[in-house]
Amino acid sequence: MSAITDSMDHGHGHGHEPGLHHQYEDMVQQTESYIVGMWVFLTTEVMFFGALFFIYTLYRWNYQRDFYIAHEHLNVLMGAGNTTVLLFSSFTMVMAVQSAQLKKRMHVMGYLVVTLMCAFTFLIVKYFEYASKIADHLYPGAGFATDAKLAFGEHAMEGGKLVANMNHVQLFYGLYFGMTGLHAVHIIAGILVIIALIRLWYNKANSVIHDYVPTEMVGLYWHFVDLVWIFLFPLFYLMPKPH
Amino acid sequence: MSSTVIATDELKPKAKAEEVNYLNVEHTISSWLLTGDHKRIALLYLVSTTFFFLLGGMAAGMIRYELTSPAGVVLESDTYNKVFTSHGIIMVFTFLVVAIPAVFGNFLLPLMIGARDLAFPRLNLGSWYMYMTGGTLILAGMLFGGVDTGWTFYTPYSSMYSNTQVSLVIVGIFIAGFSTITTGINFVVTIHKMRAPGMTWFRLPLFVWAMYATSLMMILATPVVAITLLLVVFERTFKLPIFSPELGGDPVLFQHLFWFYSHPAVYIMILPAFAVISELVANFSRKRIFGYHFVAFSSLAIAGLGFLVWGHHMFVSSQSMYESIVFSLISYLVAVPSAVKIFNWMATMYKGNVVMASPMIYAIAFLMIFTVGGLTGLVLGGAGTDIHLTATYFVVAHFHYVMVGGTMLAFLGGLHYWWPKMTGRLFNDRLAQINAVIVFIGFNLTFFPQFIVGWMGMPRRYHYYYFAPEFQAYHIMSTLGSTVLALGFIWPAFYLTMSLFNGKKAGPNPWGAHGLEWETSSPPPVTNFLETPIVMDEVYDFDPEAEHAENRRRIEAAEAAKSDERKGSMEDHQ
Repeated sequence: MSAITDSMDHGHGHGHEPGLHHQYEDMVQQTESYIVGMWVFLTTEVMFFGALFFIYTLYRWNYQRDFYIAHEHLNVLMGAGNTTVLLFSSFTMVMAVQSAQLKKRMHVMGYLVVTLMCAFTFLIVKYFEYASKIADHLYPGAGFATDAKLAFGEHAMEGGKLVANMNHVQLFYGLYFGMTGLHAVHIIAGILVIIALIRLWYNKANSVIHDYVPTEMVGLYWHFVDLVWIFLFPLFYLMPKPH
Repeated sequence: MSSTVIATDELKPKAKAEEVNYLNVEHTISSWLLTGDHKRIALLYLVSTTFFFLLGGMAAGMIRYELTSPAGVVLESDTYNKVFTSHGIIMVFTFLVVAIPAVFGNFLLPLMIGARDLAFPRLNLGSWYMYMTGGTLILAGMLFGGVDTGWTFYTPYSSMYSNTQVSLVIVGIFIAGFSTITTGINFVVTIHKMRAPGMTWFRLPLFVWAMYATSLMMILATPVVAITLLLVVFERTFKLPIFSPELGGDPVLFQHLFWFYSHPAVYIMILPAFAVISELVANFSRKRIFGYHFVAFSSLAIAGLGFLVWGHHMFVSSQSMYESIVFSLISYLVAVPSAVKIFNWMATMYKGNVVMASPMIYAIAFLMIFTVGGLTGLVLGGAGTDIHLTATYFVVAHFHYVMVGGTMLAFLGGLHYWWPKMTGRLFNDRLAQINAVIVFIGFNLTFFPQFIVGWMGMPRRYHYYYFAPEFQAYHIMSTLGSTVLALGFIWPAFYLTMSLFNGKKAGPNPWGAHGLEWETSSPPPVTNFLETPIVMDEVYDFDPEAEHAENRRRIEAAEAAKSDERKGSMEDHQ
């Protein structure tokens, strides 16, 4: 089929530009289609996470005190470290896109590899964070409340009495694992996409070396994933004390 | 006849048949399963959605059979719950949401705007695979014990109590949902960026406008239900307590999030029907559609308002009275753009050269049925009346008037209308006209009694009504009607399939319709157009007087052909 398609393309007098797909008239149309498509896709992602942020807002509004107590067990240092790592990876991603525009192939690959390393660092830190929560039995399920009392110790006690409603604390950790977990899934997807992109650059594929837009698309996705974390970090780690 | 004469006579049609088009360009199975061609993907979707429709229809048949007796006939309560849930899930998630956009949208969008393909052909193929994966998981869930929650998956029943295959089926719906999202993305980008030179926004056929509105809703609403249903799975598997009331979670929150999608979803199901009907009414009235801009923008208005009315599904779900009043008012507003469409279609037919071909009969049946469905929607959208009618057969009847009488009839109308374009063959239009009438009669016989019995108090999702045996007459009427309706759904499969073997060549424009898709050959070549079309004329640019003359010429030609045929057959007998 492609042979016929190609011959028909020749009849149109185009299809010679490397990296141009058969359905497009010219490079401008292809580039613009990619960009619109990516932004529309990101819109769906915003709606996807949006529902979770909505749920979070609702429950935090309802259970401010319990959420505050629950959040004190999160490790702000690790969270802040991960935020820095992701911000830095966004920077290297920008540099990769810039290098793609300038067609500096080695630079692109270098910056992408650094981005990739940042992504892995994020996941490793995440692993230790999750492990400590799981060790403290701070994951939803039967037996959450009794073990959590031990984990929280004095934070949750006032005059020898437990003040936090452990059900709501469990709700908090449900949201924590759900939202950061879904974000981590997006990081993993990002890693796979970046690896694929590096391979294309390594193989000097027409689709990337003649057209910086695919690289920019991956960049857009990566920035989106970072941006989600930029919201998640203060919402979970940096709560003001409720009155 | 001598042998030499046969050879020269038969060579010509043979050479014509070998014209390369998207159907005969390659014949291997992998050329279908790995195709990037939007037309082939549309046919893949046509076959698979028809398969799922058949399954959903069988479940519907079981429901109707069960309800013929006040005490139920064969099914246990549990089984009945699973049967109506299967019917709902299969019909909604694997047929109604997908059918028109993925079949006709896929096939026609690039043709109508003069493009070679959708913007992302591989994504398009991927969406079909996601759809099939999702559909297979849903069927697997049904086979491994079924689901008894109803298609709405209300928590906490779905998340805490139901011991059925909820997780498996939800994962299936989740994956099928991504197929919808990717289709939406593809359509939006295609409509924005792939239009042929001269194809301005206000020269787009109304089909494209409605597809655009549909795609917007697919993009904005589907991710929300995806994550909401995923949270139900997480609650079942990882005990993530988002909707569980005993931990302070809010089960009604699920309903809010679910209907935030599922109300737009019913417009995802009906707007494509509007898309088809706009084409049918304009082209078979041989007239530019009345109020083109209003019809185009009414689709967008429905899409916008569709996001603000989800609360009308929750008048009895602990929602405050004030919320109900607001949602009720906004729901009434949706009637405005819907009525704009209905009135504009009728104004288009007025003084047009209406051709009563089978697609137009479906379109007119649609207008009648959808008007009843829409007006009863207002009865249910009013918070006061709804409380009386909540969870009765009145709701069931309303929903089916809109979804079966609306979307399904538009699907059939569109299938008949574009069949010659898709396959290159003409079917027997007389049979199709009769079938359209059968569908109309069967449909009304099935669902009109349900309005009455619902108003009298027959609750939905019950498989017995021994408390009110006087309902039986209505139920039997409904079951009889559904048998007629089933006939009307099955028969086209035969005469349309027959047309593939003995149908006449359709030619590029068998209906005398207006639009880019009718300017290329039938079936279209792989690249849709041999040269990129340049659009010079306005949309639905019919010349009424020329149409009238053409009409007369066609009638005379048909009569002449008939008398020729008669002569021919007489000669044969001799």
